[in-house]
Amino acid sequence: MSEEMWINMGPQHPMTHGLWNLRVRVDGETMTAAEPIVGYLHRGWEKMVENRTYPQIIPLADRLCYGSSFTWSHLYCLAAERVFNIEVPERAQYIRTACIEMQRISSHLMWLAAVGTDLGSYTILLYGMRERELFLDLMVELCGARMTYNYVRIGGVRNDTPPDFERNVTRVLDTFEPRIRDLEALCDECETFRMRTIDIGKINAADAMNLGLTGPSMRASGIDLDLRRHDPYEIYDELDFDVCTHTDGDCYARYRVRMDEMRESVKIIRQCLEKMPKGPTRVKVPRCPPKGTAVARVEDPRGESLMYMVSDGTDKPYRLKVRSPNYVNLSASPAMLLGNKISDVPAIMGVLDMCIGETDR
Amino acid sequence: METLYTVLQSLSEWLLGVIAWLIDWTRLGFLSGIADWVETEPVVTFLTTLLVAAIYFITLFMFGLCFIWMERKFMGRFMDRRGTQVGVLGFFQNFADGIKTMLKEHIIPKAADKGLFEMASFAIIATSAMLLGCIPLSPQFYVINVDLALLLGIAIFSFAPFGILIGGWSSNNKFSLIGGMRAAAQLIALEIPILMVVVSVVVMTGSLSFIGIVGWQQDNIWLAFPLFIGLITFFVAAIGESERVPFDLPEAEAELVEGWQTEYGGFRWGLIMLSDYLRAYIMCALVTMLFLGGWDGPDFVWAEIWYLAKTFIVFFFFIWVRVAMVRIRTDQILTLGWRRLLPLSIVNLLIAIALKTAEVF
Amino acid sequence: MKVIIYDKPDKSEEEVAKAIQSKFPGTVEIVKITPRNIIMKVKREGFLDVCMYMKDEVSFEHNSCVTPVDYLDHFTVVYHISSYANHLMAEVLVDLPRDDPTVDSITPLWGGANWHEREAFDLMGVIFKGHPDLRRIMLPEEYQFHPLRKDFQVGRRV
Repeated sequence: MSEEMWINMGPQHPMTHGLWNLRVRVDGETMTAAEPIVGYLHRGWEKMVENRTYPQIIPLADRLCYGSSFTWSHLYCLAAERVFNIEVPERAQYIRTACIEMQRISSHLMWLAAVGTDLGSYTILLYGMRERELFLDLMVELCGARMTYNYVRIGGVRNDTPPDFERNVTRVLDTFEPRIRDLEALCDECETFRMRTIDIGKINAADAMNLGLTGPSMRASGIDLDLRRHDPYEIYDELDFDVCTHTDGDCYARYRVRMDEMRESVKIIRQCLEKMPKGPTRVKVPRCPPKGTAVARVEDPRGESLMYMVSDGTDKPYRLKVRSPNYVNLSASPAMLLGNKISDVPAIMGVLDMCIGETDR
Repeated sequence: METLYTVLQSLSEWLLGVIAWLIDWTRLGFLSGIADWVETEPVVTFLTTLLVAAIYFITLFMFGLCFIWMERKFMGRFMDRRGTQVGVLGFFQNFADGIKTMLKEHIIPKAADKGLFEMASFAIIATSAMLLGCIPLSPQFYVINVDLALLLGIAIFSFAPFGILIGGWSSNNKFSLIGGMRAAAQLIALEIPILMVVVSVVVMTGSLSFIGIVGWQQDNIWLAFPLFIGLITFFVAAIGESERVPFDLPEAEAELVEGWQTEYGGFRWGLIMLSDYLRAYIMCALVTMLFLGGWDGPDFVWAEIWYLAKTFIVFFFFIWVRVAMVRIRTDQILTLGWRRLLPLSIVNLLIAIALKTAEVF
Repeated sequence: MKVIIYDKPDKSEEEVAKAIQSKFPGTVEIVKITPRNIIMKVKREGFLDVCMYMKDEVSFEHNSCVTPVDYLDHFTVVYHISSYANHLMAEVLVDLPRDDPTVDSITPLWGGANWHEREAFDLMGVIFKGHPDLRRIMLPEEYQFHPLRKDFQVGRRV
């Protein structure tokens, strides 16, 4: 075992959570080089949408990421609304914000579950998935789908909330909030979990910023930046919430940031329900937008996602570019991997929250 | 005293007597020599041993299945789900799995070293089965009762890393090679604390046979009380030796696919998995024998029941650790083995020697 | 370690735009200023200098996205560069002629642009000079075409 060898982790490998390949060079068990290879799931999304009309793209945008499909279809509609130059009714904005935060919670829970399996604890997996089910049920009640919602529309949302929806959401939040403590107890109070995450995959603030890391991974490195506050969309500027940060920049810090974010999300949903006005939820939208370009960016559960849309005045977008947060986070992963042990690969990559659907597009 | 041997000896004497009578009844003169030979001492001993081994193996095999079943159900309950549901309380899941693995195709990788590849799996299974013979269920129910049974068991147990290393090496797969290396390193690192603790038990009891050790505990005190540190050390090392979470590095699923058993499939894999559970059973049995007084207990049920109840309770703690912990890293396990467990076991040995010299017991 | 906090914008959009334009009067043309967004056109020759200035002097810390757009008569590469300290995002448009789609790479400045530029090269055929590792990323290495170009016909490999 004295000589170095290259190991292909993927494209079929339990660690990858999708189809991608991590080539690592190991010296014994220490990694000396790493190269992520993507593209196994490239579906030509950007070419595909050039041949679809604007409303037809919404379900496609849902399928960019199964874990946080709502934020993607919402981001698409946000960009399209900026091209169409339309204002969304206030009630729709509130519903959207509440849904985005529910999606953030369920995405983070799925992330926690995946980290649990990566580290070898099925208990974390099952508990995470159990809590996620609460929010999926709410979304089923709202729009009839568990994961790919197809609920946001250009100019609003598809339907108003069902009766008793607010009561059910409050009930779920009341159930869920104490259970965050349980989940934290499961992880934080487990000595081996801390052994596996503290001081693993460290990245400092300057590197994180330069390598384009965004979202919880960046905030864990001690950069207090959240697009919900710095570039507010929907009604985030009217809400009161904290941006969760941590300074260590290791896997444990990333885990802490996400757990704290779930609490903040609960707070946001409660505020949305409180302030939600009555009124219409959708406006009429013309078939073809005016010529022009628009850019929209939102804080996805995984980071900064951006859509740049060029319209040429027809009913199909001329060009639609997606910036996937994971794509850039993955390109920054060698900086975190090098020097760690091969057993740390699942921990580091799992904590980054991989989603290949949006990475390869 | 009526032991398994004496019961089966009279059974086989009766059986052979029937056979001899049948041969005589034919009145074929040339067979009378055989009839005499059948009733001689060596044949009776041979048949008795065979019957004892078969009964013992089947009994323990069923306990192995019970362990698998128990792990499934208890893990399910720990994780807030029901566990397997096939058949009576999910017990038939074992048979379903067994039939499935038996019916699967036997695949040997093209580039593998065929002879060693096959040999490794059989070496592991055979040693696990041999180990069963060393451990008595009660003073009456045993296969062998030699004076050095404990030493023999430990010796057979430490043969497994060899088989694992060979299996990992001969599969010609980088993951299995790393897994094999890890297994060898881990088992050797944990073997020494185990041996030290065993030595302390021997110092206390002055016997190397299980029946002697348990007899001493029946006369004096369960060793769990004076040698509590030893119990803890042995318990942790036992989890490591049976390669269970949190020490299941050799088959760390997330980074090494299935570790050293990646290339094994079908019935070979099924047997390896069964032998994993048998080894877990053996470790639980050792904990019971050495520290919990073996079959010592009030006299209203059979001694075997006491022994088995204690073993299952120890296994319950194995399951508990498994669901509560995440997997730890190779270097951490070696640190744990050499820098925590080894000093603890030495302290334990000193305590044992001190107690013996002070003639407390 | 301390948390780097960006709670209030340092400069307004107009100030940032003015600073950049006054530094490079010939190369930079401010197209539009909207809240938290500046759109500017930059000539390809002075592009890298503008970027260096933006990164070092106006604190644009983060490259969000690199988007090549095929307008049939020319390519436009759109760089979304965000400034954390100023709470804004600049949209830098660089026009490239169709027969020579070459532009300076900004990967040495912002490491996050690495894969975006590789993707732009892969799917649109824009060549980034000075990129450390300009290979195809989504499509297999041996492909000869760039599918996101408008003259690429679906179903036929040109």
